[in-house]
Amino acid sequence: MPLLKISGLTHRFAGLCAVSDFNLLLQQNELVGIIGPNGAGKTTVFNLMTGVYRASEGSINFQGKELVGLDPHSITRLGIARTFQNIRLFKELSVLDNVRIAHYGQMAYSPAEALLHIGRFRAEERRITSQALDLLAVFHLDESANETAKNLPYGLQRRLEMARALAAEPKLLLLDEPAAGMNPNEIFQLMDFIGWIRRTFSVTILLIEHQMRLVMGICERLVVLDFGATIAEGLPAEIQANPKVLEAYLGEEVAS
Amino acid sequence: MSMTKIKAAGTALLNQWRFLAGLKYFWPVFLAAGLAFCIAADVYDFVDLYLQLIIIYVGINIILTASLNLINGYMGEFSVGHAGFMAIGAYIASILTVYVFPQNTAGILFPAAILAGGMGAALVGFLVAIPSFKTRGDYLAIVTLAFGMIVKSILENIDAVGGPRGLLGMEKLTTLPWVFFWTALCVWVIRNLVYSNFGRGVLSIREDEIASDLMGVNTRQVKIIAFVVSSFFAGIAGGLFAHALQFINPRMFDILKSTDILIMVYLGGIGSIAGSILGAVIYTVLLEILRPLGVWRMVFMPLMLVLLMIYRPRGIMGMREIRLFTPLRDLVTEKLWRQKKKEASDASP
Repeated sequence: MPLLKISGLTHRFAGLCAVSDFNLLLQQNELVGIIGPNGAGKTTVFNLMTGVYRASEGSINFQGKELVGLDPHSITRLGIARTFQNIRLFKELSVLDNVRIAHYGQMAYSPAEALLHIGRFRAEERRITSQALDLLAVFHLDESANETAKNLPYGLQRRLEMARALAAEPKLLLLDEPAAGMNPNEIFQLMDFIGWIRRTFSVTILLIEHQMRLVMGICERLVVLDFGATIAEGLPAEIQANPKVLEAYLGEEVAS
Repeated sequence: MSMTKIKAAGTALLNQWRFLAGLKYFWPVFLAAGLAFCIAADVYDFVDLYLQLIIIYVGINIILTASLNLINGYMGEFSVGHAGFMAIGAYIASILTVYVFPQNTAGILFPAAILAGGMGAALVGFLVAIPSFKTRGDYLAIVTLAFGMIVKSILENIDAVGGPRGLLGMEKLTTLPWVFFWTALCVWVIRNLVYSNFGRGVLSIREDEIASDLMGVNTRQVKIIAFVVSSFFAGIAGGLFAHALQFINPRMFDILKSTDILIMVYLGGIGSIAGSILGAVIYTVLLEILRPLGVWRMVFMPLMLVLLMIYRPRGIMGMREIRLFTPLRDLVTEKLWRQKKKEASDASP
């Protein structure tokens, strides 16, 4: 059974068709990339999958459950977590709290226990804090656990965003332009890093990226979007040679 | 040279402060001593009555400020209808002690009346939380503004509770010990909430609501909890207020009262319990001290606020907390972290 099956996904913003008839099949442990020119509808697909927007038509099936119509937090608890194109950390909170917030769904005490700090409260807080610190240590962020998130350097903020997404214990991780704002050297490190995350946390990864070097280097399969429609799908090498893709990126060839 | 001396003294003081914060027994001792003092003052009457009344108002204002801070400071919403919840608590508690409870039992049943006022306000807070799922910022301000006006109009049009003339006949049941008890309870519960999973949810809504929802925070649940707790304590404060003044009318709970509470929140500092206490104390005491100025004190206070907004837009304690108000558990977190770091460094050669 596939992990994720998207069929006939369509979304319109007041007449503008941002995504039309998008289909995708993801198997367990795959690493797939979505590419396409600016405004092709890639981030909209992520927003539809995570429940930020409600799809106009079509279905998103994740491990046998229909996601269209669910709240974002319910979808996250089913096992889909994401990062954002422009980092969206909880800026004024500590690094540790950023990660602990992502554990929200796994906390097993009631509001009454929280108000009075009784019952399961202490044990649960200790468990989550310890777990969060372990995760931060894995990401080499434990030194700055008490630091305010906005004070971290850019690269660490990106890393923290990934740690936060993984704290939600996802089965499917969505990365929205993880290499944005990185230089070639950093991109090279990021490629290793993404591969490492996939092995360590055994997650399936779907990523959006403009950096061809990264996409061609690590993705096993690519989907190309243009004007909301899938124009090509296949192995990186196939995509590179696909005339339709070249046309979408570079424009139509003028007959001379 | 003298600079280094000052610095050294500062560090010493800070260390002492840390020592104090690390003291497990500070709060139990402080609370017991405070309560004992309040009871003694109540029984032996050695504190001037006027001073007692001011302390009572300070306590009530601390409850109001800390509870509104939960919505406006920690959650980053903008509610301007806090006096409405206070009115609900005040009227419910007063009706109970004046009309419902049998003669001569009002004194014993007073806590129940206050609690009922809080519960009534909490129930209404739950209902107000629902439109707040749909609105944010300016729109929530308008919803809560309308709510405050509705409460006032309804009370003005019920003759059974005196209409615009108001309600009287309450005994003076709000004593120092009760105010101390409810204030301590309010501060403790709000601190507990803030330093819990739900409190982190509240903070994450302020930082970025969409990201918070996407990280698995049930934003709807968190907002309900915050609104219910906040309006519960506003109701409690209302009940105490009614039985301190022994007279209430709907006009006391209009937009000006809500503005007063807002001022205390932003004066003391958003997102801070120490700030809430500081704001309530400074505002209440200063207004009393400036009483001889007459109308001019209402010129002085806004001026102070303007200056505050220019030089410290987040208030005196904005988003910072005194160590004493963070639970010991957070210090335990630090210990856990150090321990883990040590284990890691021991493991690697």
